[in-house]
Amino acid sequence: MSEVTRLQELAYEVKIGDVMTRDVITVEPQNTMAELRNVLRDHRISGAPVLENGELVGIVSVEDLIKALAAGEMNARVGEKMTRNPVTIRADETVVTAIKYFNRYGFGRFPVVNSEGKLVGILTRGDIIRGLLKQLELEYHREETLRYRVSHIFEELISDLTSITLRCRVEAQDFESAGEASSKIKRALTRLAVPPQLVRRAAIVAYELEMNLIIHTTAGGEILAEVQPDRIIIRAMDTGPGIPDIEKALQPGFSTAPDWVREMGFGAGVGLNNVQRCADEMLIESPNAQWTSVKVVIYLNHRHRPAEKAA
Amino acid sequence: MMTLEKIAQELSLEVRTAAGKLGREVTGGYASDLLSCVMAKAQPGNLWVTLQSHPNIVAVASLLNLAGVVVTEGVAPDSATLSKAEEEGIPILTTPLTTYTVVGRLFALGISGVER
Repeated sequence: MSEVTRLQELAYEVKIGDVMTRDVITVEPQNTMAELRNVLRDHRISGAPVLENGELVGIVSVEDLIKALAAGEMNARVGEKMTRNPVTIRADETVVTAIKYFNRYGFGRFPVVNSEGKLVGILTRGDIIRGLLKQLELEYHREETLRYRVSHIFEELISDLTSITLRCRVEAQDFESAGEASSKIKRALTRLAVPPQLVRRAAIVAYELEMNLIIHTTAGGEILAEVQPDRIIIRAMDTGPGIPDIEKALQPGFSTAPDWVREMGFGAGVGLNNVQRCADEMLIESPNAQWTSVKVVIYLNHRHRPAEKAA
Repeated sequence: MMTLEKIAQELSLEVRTAAGKLGREVTGGYASDLLSCVMAKAQPGNLWVTLQSHPNIVAVASLLNLAGVVVTEGVAPDSATLSKAEEEGIPILTTPLTTYTVVGRLFALGISGVER
């Protein structure tokens, strides 16, 4: 499924110029159909653009050749049998455009031109498939190299406990930037080759804690994500006002958010429940309701996990 | 399975951002205006139907790797939302239809909810 999706995405990203065949075999209008036959046979191709003084004037295919053969017109000129003013496609368009062209016109090939209309290549369905597969392979290798590099950080840096800490400042009432801290954490965890299911859980935890800092604190706070070889620890710390009754705060639907915040869809009173659901361990501290610290642990290794959690 | 592009055509949704990302297969749908509920329930590749339109919907969609967001009832997302969505590659689609109608039509197209 994900491979198919990536392939579809690639169709929107990869340019026709990257997948087309550059060395185009061309013929001229004054060539005979018999000469065309030799060209097609020698190069094992099924059609060719027709150039006159370097300008694209037509396209001729094996079908035209068969018709000429049936009509005994092998001495006719390509110029008489070719399709004039062929539909061209631009090298800077994306592959998805080409796929639409193939579906719309039903042709086997399209001459590819640059922005000045000069022939720069030719495109068949086979070129598209080969080009996209090559791109997928490149990406796979890049990802493998990346995975190798980051996953070895912990083995290459020797200490009693190596960890990477990401620190993100979150401002109170800053709804415009809401989600930025958790997005950064999500990206970093992905780069560190944390499995996607765990990245998802960590992202939900970080998001809800970030929102709590924005909605409820007087002076904002900090989100810390610490990656150790066997666990991710996410901490949110603020300077108040603190939570008077933590048990109550954990009741689904309990919320102290003002109405205007709720109207934006925040403060539904289930944020901490989301955190709890995604955490292997959660500890909330708010001594004398002065400040709040939330610590969440997500284990990277199944064996260390106290109880299986649904993501 | 159906692509977002096909859904946008069928429901006459207006594509406001990330037009290049419409080729993605939609894995199911989710509707809510409460962001924490979305965080808890929406699955990767889901299409989210809401009438929220502030920039945080982009953060939610991006964190959950959603296929896109349908903003209903003719609500116009503000420019900060649109520019952020373009940046993150999150398709935002708008419609004058109500959330109820959009969800009904999505079901009719075979896009169902994900209960878990």
